[in-house]
Order: sequence, then C-alpha cells, then structure tokens
Amino acid sequence: MSRISTGFGPRPAGGGFETFSWYFFRISGVVLIFLVIIHLIVMHVTTDVRCTTYMFVSMRYSNPFWRLFDWLLLTLALTHGMNGLRLVIDDYVRSASARIWLQSAIGVLLLVFFMLGTITLVTFQPVPAAQQGVQCVAPPTK
Amino acid sequence: MYKGQSGMWSWLFHRVSGLAILLFLLIHIVDISMLGFGPVVYNNSIVLFDQWIVRLLSLALIAAILFHAFNGIRIILIDFWPKAVKYQKVLFAIAMVVTIALFIPAAYFVMGPVLSWFINVPTTASVGH
Repeated sequence: MSRISTGFGPRPAGGGFETFSWYFFRISGVVLIFLVIIHLIVMHVTTDVRCTTYMFVSMRYSNPFWRLFDWLLLTLALTHGMNGLRLVIDDYVRSASARIWLQSAIGVLLLVFFMLGTITLVTFQPVPAAQQGVQCVAPPTK
Repeated sequence: MYKGQSGMWSWLFHRVSGLAILLFLLIHIVDISMLGFGPVVYNNSIVLFDQWIVRLLSLALIAAILFHAFNGIRIILIDFWPKAVKYQKVLFAIAMVVTIALFIPAAYFVMGPVLSWFINVPTTASVGH
C-alpha cells in the first residue's frame, strides 16, 4: 500500500489523513456539484454577469441564506481544489525538501484565500439605495 | 499514468480541469474582494466579465466544471459499485454526452448577451422590404 493516496483507485483502508482525504474528495465533490450548478444558474441564466452589480449583491446578501451558501461554496471548493493540488505535487515533485516547501506554501495559500473570501463575505455591508450605483453595467438583453 | 485508453484521458482531463478550476477560484476570490472597496470600484471591476473574450474564457471554465463534475460522478460510481468497472467505458461516454448536452445551453446563456446581433439578425421584414 502506498503512503500517499492518489485520490483515485480503490478505497483506502486504515484511517489517517489519506483515508479522510479520499472520502473528503468524494463527499465535497457531490455537494459541490449542486452548489456550483446553482451558482452558475444564478450568475449566468436568471441574471447575466453584467447585472451582478453591487446592488444585486446587496439584494442577495439581505438574506443570510445566500451568505451561508456562498461561504459553503468558498470553503468546499477551496479545500477540495487545494487538496487536489497537494496530490499533484506529491505525484510530480520527487525531492522531499521541495515537497515540504511546496506543501507548506499550499497551506499558507489555502489560509490566505480562505480568510480573504470569508472576510469579504462577512464584512459586506449594503449601502443606501442612492449610493448603490447602476443595476447593470451594460444594458441587459432580457 | 496508463497509456492509450479512455481511462488515461479521463484521468488526465480530470487533473487538468481541476487545476484550471482552482486557478480560476483563486482569481475569483480576489475579484469578489473588490466588494470591500464599495459600489464604484466593484461595479467597475465586473465590467471585465462582460467582455466577449472573458465570456469565452468563462465558457471554457464552465466546460471544465461540467466535465470535472460528471467524470467525478463516474469515479464515485466505480469506487462504491464494483460492477461499474465493467461499464467504465460506457460511463465515460455518458459523462461526455451529459457534459456536451449541458454545455450547449450554457454557451447560449453566456455568449448570448454579446452575440445579440448574431441571434437577432436583422430580417428583411424589420428593415422594411
């Protein structure tokens, strides 16, 4: 049995982080399919990107459900993706010291982007309607 | 890496699409952080996503997401339902068909707003002949 999970192949046994990682990919993946498809429909179908303005965000974030939704999307996508990058580095970087450096960099990157996203989400303040600016940055086509 | 069969391609595409989506996610977290600078800065920043070339990139991202999602379901099926290994080629074909089937409406919605001149081609009736 290899020390490092490839993320693919048979179900790992024996517990530990790699077993957790294997299950985490699959569980977060299934949840992400729903979150991402809803996100794409909201941003590209029911509203076009040219109308996803500050006013639109204010409207959505007046409901705490959407903040929670976006935070879950941020957290699961970032951890799923960074864990994937960790496995890619494990596969291609042979030197042990370079691997430790790169994996620490991934840890820092994960933390920094998670904080940036979370702070943006939590600190967002709707402003009075008069200061919100345009509803769409170009004329909507529908 | 195993050579030549659909298993190799699904493995390679899954990895490449995953890394591409992660790169976009990092960019997206930064562009959304413009919300913290208020309505003027944020509204100016989203103008970028209305450019046709950026819409084209968004569409490529959506293709990567759809493939990664449905190939991911195929991987999970094989992991938890051992008999699925026998149908792995069929499952790969299904994942590709579903990806393409959802990509077509996605292309319409993403590119539609900038190709309105193309979709609403002036007809002889509208110009009065």
